[in-house]
Amino acid sequence: MPFNLLVLSCVLYVIFLFSVAFVVERRATQGRLGFLRSPMIYTLSLSIYCTAWTFYGAVGYAARSGIEYLTIYLGPTLVFVGWWLVLRKLVRIGRQQRVTSIADLISSRFGKSNLLGVVVTLIAVIAATPYIALQLQSMTLSFSVFAQDTPGGWIGQGREDIALWVAAGLALFTIIFGTRKLDAKEQHHGIVTAIAVEAVVKLVALLAVGIFVVWGVGGGVLSVIDKIAAMDSPGWELKHDRWFGLIVLSAAAVISLPRMFQVMVVENIDESHLARASWAFPLYMFAMSLFILPIAVVGLERMPADANPDMLVLTLPLAEGQGALAMLVFLGGFSSATSMVIVETIALATMISNNVVMPIWLRLRPAAAFSGDLRAGVLLTRRLAIGGVLALGYLYYRNSGGSEALAAIGLIAFAGMAQFLPALLGGIFWRGGTKVGALAGLLTGSVIWAYTLFLPSFGEGAVIPAQVFSDGLLGFSWLRPRALFGTDGMDPLVHSVFWSLALNAIAFALGSVLTFPDPVERIQGVAFVNAFDREAQAERLGWSHGQAEPEALLSLAQRILGEEALTFFEAQAKAQGKEGFLPDLTPEFLAEAERRLAGSVGAATAHAMISQLFGRATVTVEDLMAVANETAQIMEYSAKLEAKQEELTITARQLREVNEKLTQLSVQKDAFLSQISHELRTPMTSIRAFSEILTEGDLPPEMVGDSGRIIHTEAVRLTRLLDDLLDLSVLENGTVQLNLDLAHLGGMLDRAVQAAAQTRPDRAFEIVRDAASEEIHLLTDPDRLVQVFINLISNARKYCDADPGVLRVVVRQKAGRINVDFIDNGKGIPKESQRIIFEKFARLTDQTRAGGAGLGLAIVREIMTNLGGSISYLPGQRGAAFRVTLPLRLEKPGQGKPL
Amino acid sequence: MKNSPLFLARAVYRRRRLRDAARLLPLVGLLLILLPGLGSEEGSNAFDAVYLFVVWIVLILTAALIAPGLSQSETEDDTALPPEDET
Repeated sequence: MPFNLLVLSCVLYVIFLFSVAFVVERRATQGRLGFLRSPMIYTLSLSIYCTAWTFYGAVGYAARSGIEYLTIYLGPTLVFVGWWLVLRKLVRIGRQQRVTSIADLISSRFGKSNLLGVVVTLIAVIAATPYIALQLQSMTLSFSVFAQDTPGGWIGQGREDIALWVAAGLALFTIIFGTRKLDAKEQHHGIVTAIAVEAVVKLVALLAVGIFVVWGVGGGVLSVIDKIAAMDSPGWELKHDRWFGLIVLSAAAVISLPRMFQVMVVENIDESHLARASWAFPLYMFAMSLFILPIAVVGLERMPADANPDMLVLTLPLAEGQGALAMLVFLGGFSSATSMVIVETIALATMISNNVVMPIWLRLRPAAAFSGDLRAGVLLTRRLAIGGVLALGYLYYRNSGGSEALAAIGLIAFAGMAQFLPALLGGIFWRGGTKVGALAGLLTGSVIWAYTLFLPSFGEGAVIPAQVFSDGLLGFSWLRPRALFGTDGMDPLVHSVFWSLALNAIAFALGSVLTFPDPVERIQGVAFVNAFDREAQAERLGWSHGQAEPEALLSLAQRILGEEALTFFEAQAKAQGKEGFLPDLTPEFLAEAERRLAGSVGAATAHAMISQLFGRATVTVEDLMAVANETAQIMEYSAKLEAKQEELTITARQLREVNEKLTQLSVQKDAFLSQISHELRTPMTSIRAFSEILTEGDLPPEMVGDSGRIIHTEAVRLTRLLDDLLDLSVLENGTVQLNLDLAHLGGMLDRAVQAAAQTRPDRAFEIVRDAASEEIHLLTDPDRLVQVFINLISNARKYCDADPGVLRVVVRQKAGRINVDFIDNGKGIPKESQRIIFEKFARLTDQTRAGGAGLGLAIVREIMTNLGGSISYLPGQRGAAFRVTLPLRLEKPGQGKPL
Repeated sequence: MKNSPLFLARAVYRRRRLRDAARLLPLVGLLLILLPGLGSEEGSNAFDAVYLFVVWIVLILTAALIAPGLSQSETEDDTALPPEDET
């Protein structure tokens, strides 16, 4: 094919892409994106993962190493079908924080640190350089394949020139479309759509070749499978360490490659697109890699042995005389390379301008934040950066000789980018990750990567002297670049990936554990790790009342956001209920403004700019203390409330109990009043009746005697009743006179038993006592105490319903006090009555009232109180049980007030 | 901490189990994909290739089945979710 025609078709193709991008940009500014916002476009744009390396290199890879090439697509497949675990959070954070690049994300997470942004950017640029060189190389190779047919022509011009032209052309395209304007949210709809178109082109091209090879040349599916099975090239066996290592590596790379981050996170318009991409993108990769192995096998079979395996996709159709197919393949490869380079350079240029140049510039010239159009500066930086990155790629291509296998270069880049992974994942899942840890991890990992993989890739003796390879750095054999710590049995790539990632992660973890994060880091850490927790988002780092005027902020924002700043300010003012363009500087408004700015110039720069406007670089200790105080106060207040509530509950319960008791008592009092009037009335009635009989005279003497006796008995009963009442009132008023004396407990119990025997003398009743334990002498009022005992014993005799009744009297001495328990074997007292039996007038039964009026236990209780002791009901003893407790020696003799 | 209810409506319960499935899927996939790497180094390339492509498409189909349920649920009961990945 004539070389000129080739160039012409390339130019036409590029113009076509231009117009696609242009039309889409136009529609985007008019807000008419329509289907361009669909998940399909998002998925297709993700296909920049499949670069020229996939397009040409994968076949070469398969021709050299069999199915190992699949690892590069299986790793990302796992990441995408597992989107719920990592990608979802990454995209959410990216949208919440308006992240502009992976450097921005890491720097923003670890306290909006400039230093981290610079380090990440540097690593990204260094690691991307070989990858960009790889694209240039594959494009140059594909040009030269066509050139071989051209008689004379341009071969003399040399490959470097082609590469140079390609690099320059790409730089131009990228600059025109990637840096046309400074977007509030670093999104490039035009470019994304152009990439989606390119994704279709490369898929169609590869599928076309595959179909041609399998059914056109290979003789059908089964025949091709037979060919694969019959293939016995050296290097085709599956190497276990590489299989595992490469799957991990490619999974890590798909998350941390700057261009993947750009399309996946930064260019994401709608989080739900990720759900679709979770299976659609693996499907795309599946389709891309389906025919790689057949093409490789058929190509190896049919092409001369010296054919470059990396160009089989192109040379095979050419050799078979399929010019049109070859042209399609060429355009497919061209698409793969251009789309990758464009997005990669845009991503890197964004990082360079937002994380390196702008912060440095603002630091050198703080006044710059207030003067001049910053937008022009940012855009110029980006344009220069795009040129610079492509120039680096070109230089790498020239100096590395451009002869290496494509796959090897791609994997070097992967391993370099994978160094972001520990800081990235640690940042979004672990609040404990700190700036120092992230820095330590990134530096450790990238130094090891450079020493064991990147620098050796230039060849032994090129950068690292050959002697170091054999003897190790400074003569330490455990520092050999391909056998760190003596691990010389590993594949060099796996060796490098293993050591760099392992030590990277360890350094990150150690650094984080050992250091203390500053306040901004901690606030950002919470915001990132709890990205799905809405409450945590509300407490994002905010600016409180600043000294600056809204005008100053508006002019700053205008210099970065342009017209959009006015719209934004107006909307915010409206939301606050104000007219015009100047909203109040509320913390919410400032935080939102900072996020907007961050969308254009990165978090660290935006933070620095607003800091300069507001005269403070970070959160001050006072702010934090104010926040902490407020929180502490709220917590204290709520704790107090809780305690109060508890107290109230307890009081309410007590009140309820007292109330119940009062009600019960009042009922009993009424009952007693009727009872007592009855009790008083019965003897009075008989006394009146018999005394009337006596006054009538004329009675037989025996009848007079009988009547007199009855009157006497009734009078005694009345007296006893009144005595009881008097006794009780004396005891209650504390006016009783106690006659203290030393008395023997056993003796007192004897007296009580004897006296109580008169109560219901007819019934069988046994009293069990232990004489030994009763050998105690007490200083007390013996008569009163005996009265208590009599009452308890006769109560038992009266009310114990067992037959025969048994009463156990148990005496215990404990710490200067004596417990005397009276336990019978009856039914006991029902629980609900236990609380009131000691109250006055309390009577449980009416059946066996033997003269008492419900005052006995009330008197007993008063006596015990006066004796410095107490009486209580002992529940759970089967029968009724009372415990009398009294001191061994009653102090203050005669404590009762004299009458 | 908010008290989350012990028993969930059937639909919400299903959705949560769907999330569990989505979390498990990559692990199962990893296991299946690593299998050829555990076999003999002399194993047949053709067989491994066919096996891997079958595993691959099954993973894709499973993900395609799960994904719609996941993205739909996200807006509906996010608030009922306990904070995820609490450290």
